[in-house]
Amino acid sequence: MTILAIERLSIAFGGVRAVDNVSVSIDEGLVFSIIGPNGAGKTTLFNLISGLYVPQDGRVRMRGEDVTGLPPEQLARRGLSRTFQNLQIFFRMTALENVMVGCHRHETVGIFPSLLHLPAVGRQNARTRAAAAGALDRVDLSAAADKPAGNLSFGDLKRLEIARALATEPKVLLLDEPAAGCNAVETGELAGIVRGIADDGITVVLVEHDMRLVMRISDRIHVLANGRTLAEGTAAQVRADPAVIEAYLGVHGSQEAARAVG
Amino acid sequence: MAEFVQFLFSGLTVGAVYALVALGFTLIYNASDVINFAQGEFVMLGGMTTVFLGLAGIPLPLAALLAVIFAMAVGLALHRFAIETARGANAVSLIMITIGASIFLRGAAQVFFDKQFHTLPAFFGSEPIRFVGAAILPQSLVVLAGAVVIVVLLWTFIDRTLLGKAVIATAVNRLAARLVGIDTRRIVGFSFAISAAIGAVAGILITPITLTNYDVGTLLALKGFAAAMLGGMGIAAGAVIGGLVLGLLEAFAAGYLSSQYKDAVAFLVILTVLFVMPQGLLGRAKVERV
Amino acid sequence: MLRHTADRIPAVLRRPFVQRLSAIAVIAVIAIVIPAFFPSTYYYRVAALVFVFAIAAIGLNLLMGFAGQVSLGHAGFMGIGAYAVAIGPTHFNIPSWLSFLIGAALSAFVAFIVGRPILRLKGHYLAVATLGFGLLLAIVFVNEARLTGGPDGMLVPRPVLFGWSVRGTETWYWIAAISFVFGAALAANLIDSPTGRALRAIHDSEVAARVLGVDVAKQKLVIFIISAVYASVAGSYLAAFNGHITPDVSGFLRSIELVAMVVLGGIGSIAGSLVGAALLVMLPQVLTFLHDYEQMVLGLVVMGVMIFLRAGIVPSIAAALSRRRA
Repeated sequence: MTILAIERLSIAFGGVRAVDNVSVSIDEGLVFSIIGPNGAGKTTLFNLISGLYVPQDGRVRMRGEDVTGLPPEQLARRGLSRTFQNLQIFFRMTALENVMVGCHRHETVGIFPSLLHLPAVGRQNARTRAAAAGALDRVDLSAAADKPAGNLSFGDLKRLEIARALATEPKVLLLDEPAAGCNAVETGELAGIVRGIADDGITVVLVEHDMRLVMRISDRIHVLANGRTLAEGTAAQVRADPAVIEAYLGVHGSQEAARAVG
Repeated sequence: MAEFVQFLFSGLTVGAVYALVALGFTLIYNASDVINFAQGEFVMLGGMTTVFLGLAGIPLPLAALLAVIFAMAVGLALHRFAIETARGANAVSLIMITIGASIFLRGAAQVFFDKQFHTLPAFFGSEPIRFVGAAILPQSLVVLAGAVVIVVLLWTFIDRTLLGKAVIATAVNRLAARLVGIDTRRIVGFSFAISAAIGAVAGILITPITLTNYDVGTLLALKGFAAAMLGGMGIAAGAVIGGLVLGLLEAFAAGYLSSQYKDAVAFLVILTVLFVMPQGLLGRAKVERV
Repeated sequence: MLRHTADRIPAVLRRPFVQRLSAIAVIAVIAIVIPAFFPSTYYYRVAALVFVFAIAAIGLNLLMGFAGQVSLGHAGFMGIGAYAVAIGPTHFNIPSWLSFLIGAALSAFVAFIVGRPILRLKGHYLAVATLGFGLLLAIVFVNEARLTGGPDGMLVPRPVLFGWSVRGTETWYWIAAISFVFGAALAANLIDSPTGRALRAIHDSEVAARVLGVDVAKQKLVIFIISAVYASVAGSYLAAFNGHITPDVSGFLRSIELVAMVVLGGIGSIAGSLVGAALLVMLPQVLTFLHDYEQMVLGLVVMGVMIFLRAGIVPSIAAALSRRRA
């Protein structure tokens, strides 16, 4: 069943068509990767889907419901969350508190009980803390729970963002380059974590440059180049697609290589 | 018609001063991201220093020149001893530092000058010029001409000289400016000096019309800041337009509506503009990059 | 080493709620003990003023320190509270306590109306919009002379509570101190609550808070309203305590003074708000011996604190202490 459908989505910045007429249909429970050379429009596409940008043309549907142009907080309530390529951590809070913010949409106590610290607040905090601890556990960060987020390593922060997004209990999780800056060991762990999330029934949409990771864990891959769709298929299909090879190695790659040498 | 022209000129005159203060804000903000709330004190220093040097027997043109130089020295000192020492502090702390500086300068003016109101003789007499029924003070024209000269000089300087290009480069990207060998610290200091000079000149030009005392800077800083935001922070043309618009709003509100509520009308318009255009009149919406 | 000592503290004392409560308790004890050292009612007066301003500073600190939103017009809400207790009994025969509540409710309502459009603005644009808002209120207080007495201000009738006329500097000291402790406790409670976490998140990254489902606009509005009520309460106390008010209570300089209290004491620190208020209320009193040089020294102190204790007095000292201990 299609959980997230993107129909002919377009946005331009000052004449540059960053995302141009892109359509993607994503089935529930998959790890769906979006790849492409730098500047292909992957992160822009994420920003469109997650409500940070409003598309100039096209529709976004979640389980058939038109959610185009809805703000991120309302999309979160409908079960869509994401992580960021260049981290957006709450640096003044501990790791656990970061994840507790992710539980926000399930918290029910209002402002007046909070001000008076009525018993309901204590109970809510305990529930939230337990849920957040569970989310931290899923990304193997339990040991860091009470550390200030500012003291965590880069790789840990990447996973902290995943835990935070998981705490919203999403149906669809957008991961923007989770392996960027991670070493081989961390990337290996990440593969397991992402696969585990998908096995729990959460649809994962992944933007990633680490091809080994992408090929290993993706159920389906969508290739973008210059804001347009280039190809879509399974890992094997995409790898064999001549257009994809050219986009990566042919024109683009040879130019890069020439520049590097020249 | 006569009434309209009268309000138009008084609005443009006050607006020109706001524009110069806003320009000072913009110069410093672009070079250093600091909102300098002591900007109004430069205006006060220009007027007051000229007055007191004049009282000491120094011919007024020379006194005015010395006053501008003095304000520049204060500007440089503010940069060197306060802003430089606090490098790396966050935006609110930097604003508090400039507010502290403005309290200090106001206090110093009370002690070393006095608390009285002072004026300067109008440069070309005070016989009003009749123009389509309105009476226009020659000094108003001096203020407007002075503002035009300053804007043209500043524009020529920025556009035509190497130092001006360095100022632009520093404003656009400080790190890149440093990488190509621009001493951005000196550029920031330079911006403080130029801002101070612009403020002091504005203070000297307007004193024959509005008088001056140790306390005039507060309201001018506030209006200048508002004008800069109205135009769009960091945009020089926006500062000039914002200043003129603010001056005209006040003059027409005072003339046609109520002199008591002129400031209220001005700020109501500013609030409305910001609600509709959150980046000011000339500012462009930034796309948030994540 | 640090960890080791922490482990020896009983678990119950490590709970955030208990920790907060003990910090408030310390402040309460200080407030109870300190009058024993007051040689004259003059000291009660200054201390009462410190607590009154500290209440407003806490409110502003919630907005600035937890939600990261600046307001250069907060004295406007002080003005609403102040004029409420002046105008209500004088012109409409409304008892002071009811006027006090009406003032707080009116402040909340005004904050609710202007909050949404104003809080959409960011950074310096927000600063200028709040500044303009505060100025508008001050202009109204100056010009509606029939109600407010205009620039000269008006007398504030002595509050009568259940037949008991509230008078005397010492009485006001206790009212201010108790209200401050209560206000500080409420603010501290907020930090470790769903709302508090959402606000702290907004301070660090609005965009991340939004994708996690935090309604940023609503949260900012809520804290803006709460901080307006704090300011209004402080304004009402100030007016009733002084017995006289002028539009200066809501002026631009007052707003700047409130921001200075928050920033000097330490953004995000509740104890800092008290220290900041104490500094800015007491300094001019202490500096009177300098006569004309008072303003200059005040300016230098503000600059010096911001240059050398950037995080504000309380957080800077706390950081220095924990560094020495470690």
